[in-house]
This record gives sequence, C-alpha cells and structure tokens, in this order.
Amino acid sequence: MDIRLKALLKSLWVYHLSTGSCNNCDIEVLDCLTPRYDIERFGMLPAGSIKHADLLLITGSCNRQSVARMKRLYEQVPRPCFVVAIGECALSRGMFIHSYNCPQPLDRIIPVDVYIPGCPPKPEAIIAGMVKLLEKVKNK
Amino acid sequence: MIHLIYLLVFGFLLTTCIGLAASWIDRKVTARIQYRVGPPLLQPLLDIVKLLGKETVLPSGVSRVTFLAAPMIGLASVMVVSTVLWVNSLYPSQGFVGDWIVALYLLAIPSLSVILGGFASRNPLAGLGASREMKLVLAYELPFVLAALVPVIEADCSIRLGDILNFQRANGATATSPAGALALLVAIVCMQAKLALVPFDIPEAETEILCGPLVEYGGPPLAIYRLMKDMLLFILPFFLIILFLGGVRCDGVHLFWGVLKYVGLLALITVGRNTNPRLRIDQALKFFWGPVTFISIGAVLLAAWGH
Repeated sequence: MDIRLKALLKSLWVYHLSTGSCNNCDIEVLDCLTPRYDIERFGMLPAGSIKHADLLLITGSCNRQSVARMKRLYEQVPRPCFVVAIGECALSRGMFIHSYNCPQPLDRIIPVDVYIPGCPPKPEAIIAGMVKLLEKVKNK
Repeated sequence: MIHLIYLLVFGFLLTTCIGLAASWIDRKVTARIQYRVGPPLLQPLLDIVKLLGKETVLPSGVSRVTFLAAPMIGLASVMVVSTVLWVNSLYPSQGFVGDWIVALYLLAIPSLSVILGGFASRNPLAGLGASREMKLVLAYELPFVLAALVPVIEADCSIRLGDILNFQRANGATATSPAGALALLVAIVCMQAKLALVPFDIPEAETEILCGPLVEYGGPPLAIYRLMKDMLLFILPFFLIILFLGGVRCDGVHLFWGVLKYVGLLALITVGRNTNPRLRIDQALKFFWGPVTFISIGAVLLAAWGH
C-alpha cells in the first residue's frame, strides 16, 4: 500500500457536520473523544476547519436548508477524503421520511463510504464503523 | 559547503526529529493528564506525511505566491535559527558577533509568517486570528527582549551567544543569580505566548475562531506550518537553555543534564497549557505590558547593578 494512504488511515482528522439532527448523534460523536473511548489512540482528531479534514461525519436528515451547505463543504475537503453517515436520519431520514423538508437521503446527494445505524449509535458502534472504514480502504 | 551541512543536519534533520518527539511527548502527557491513552509514538510524523500527501486547496481570489510562501518563510527562519543555536552550543568559538540579535529576529519571523498567511487567506476568521497574533507579538516581544538582555549584561555586554555560553561555563548558569532567575521566569511566560499555547492560544482559539490564521490552510502548506510549530517547540526552550541554564554540552554526563533541562522546560509548557483557561487578548496585553514588563525591567536593573 502507498505510504500516503497508510499515513492517511493512521491520522484521520474528523469534521463533524449536523444537517438537521436532534443533537443526540452529535453528543455520541463527542463521546468518542472522552477518556472512556479516546479515539486519539488511533490518531483521529476533531478538525475545526473543513480544510484540515479527511473524514466528513454527517448526522441528521439532510433538510432543504442544510443540503446546499453540505454540498459546498463536501467540495472543499482536500482529497482524498471519506464520508461517514451516522444515525438513522442520515441513513434513511428515519422518522422524517415523509417530511416535506427532507426530500432525499444523504447517499443520493453525495457518495457515502460507511453507514453507522442507530438512533443514536453508541460510541462503540461509531468506533466499529471507523474500523470498517479502515478495512474497506485497505482492501480496495 | 560545511555551512550547508550544518543547515541540513543540525538545522533541519536534528531539530525536526527532536521537535516531533517533543510534540508527541506534549500530546501524550496532555492525554494522560486528561485520563486518556493518547496517540502512538509516530503520530506527529504520520500527521505530517499525511498532510504532505493531500491536495492543496487554494481559496478563490487569494494571492497564490503570498499564500503559499508564508509557511515556507516561517520554516526557513526556524531552520536558520536552529542552525545558529546548534553551532553555538557545539562549537562556542564559531559564532559571530551579534548572533544573539539574529536569533531574536529570526525567532520573531514564525509569528510574522502566521500573520502573513492569515491575512493572505481572505477569510474573516483567519483575519481575526492574524490580527490577534499581531497584538500578541507586540505584547510579548518587549519583555522577551528585555529578559534576553540579562545574560548579555552579565556576560560583560557581549552579544555573541558563544561568549554568553563561555561565561556561564566559567561562572555558573545565569539563572543562579537573582536577576537571571527573574529573567528566566519572564522568558518562560513569553515562550508560552510565542508558541501560541494555552493560556495564550488567543490567535488560534479552536473553540472560538476554529484555527485562526490557519483556517484556510490544508494539505502541504498546513504540514509545513505544523512542522514549523513542532520545531519551535524545541528551538524556543533550547534558546532559553543557552541564555539562562548554561546550554547543552555533548560530552558524557553533560548531555544527560542538557536533556534534563530541556525536558523540564517542556514539562512546564505542557502542564501550563493543560491547567489554564484561555485569556482574552486585552487581558494578555495588560499582563505582558504590566507585571511582566516591570519584572523584566527589574531584572535588567538588577543585572546592571551586578547581582
């Protein structure tokens, strides 16, 4: 495997974006940084600016207001980058599936690498999803 | 030719290795203080390799040359100043008159390169961060220069780092005199601000203005900035060791003492950044132009009286 990809997989910086979630998934994402789970063990750090990010974590049901912003952010991530959908809303719009405000699920708008289901998913599930992402990229 | 080797081996390779290790120690100790496990040993290196392998995104309408040259200017000045410091501590007779001034000037350039990059990136947050960095430079530079003046006065007003080192070898470290101890205290506080670490991380305030001046940087330019900061994490304590603590000697047990001095200063930096809240820029300005400057003036006067 290419050394750049190897380094990328060991130092993923995460940009976390909520597209209209109820905030539960966001809290669970933040839990991954706490002493109990500590994802900095794997070199993952939260990035404040989208230009520093390698991984776009998306929560929420992609409502009309946020979709335009989400597309702009996705275009700004320096490549190579990955997208992870977290929570039932980001996967399939969950209970908002018939809402006037959520016309399309996330993966019809931008390509998604890993889906992490749950309402909200536990931090363990999020870390398991990250491991799946790493394995998927390694085997590709 | 020999100077080129000095620049590449001492200025770049050695400083980079020590700087990356120092950055890892800083992150690991921070993690342990917060009851976390912390990153693996090679993490700072992996971060830089990863950033070098990523795409460079230019914001629309920026001046290409300024935006991309700003990090290079900072890295270049850090390389030159680390060469000056290494050559002086390995061969004290090889320095030149006025290298104390050169080192002070070159240590100010990394901050200027961050300001340049921030203003060049056409982002309001970056502009805000850069303007805060500018105020911070104005705040800490005066006490820092005054504190650095104390060893010069004690070493019979010689502005050669080699003379300062030789003086300390003959008469004991500067920090053992009252004036030197005060000046060291001031210099440590200023070093924290120069490194832009908590409580003086006002320009980069992650929770407030994201990463401040670096908000638009990604990929290789960001890697250069990070490398520059990691190298500064070694160079600034090293400069303080040369001025106040008798320098680092590479023969036998003296090397061990040198390492111990550096690790002590690094521990102070790390503990300082983990146990303090962030100041506002006006508080920092008042702090540096008030008590810190008075203490440093007091130290200079004490040194001039011969204490």
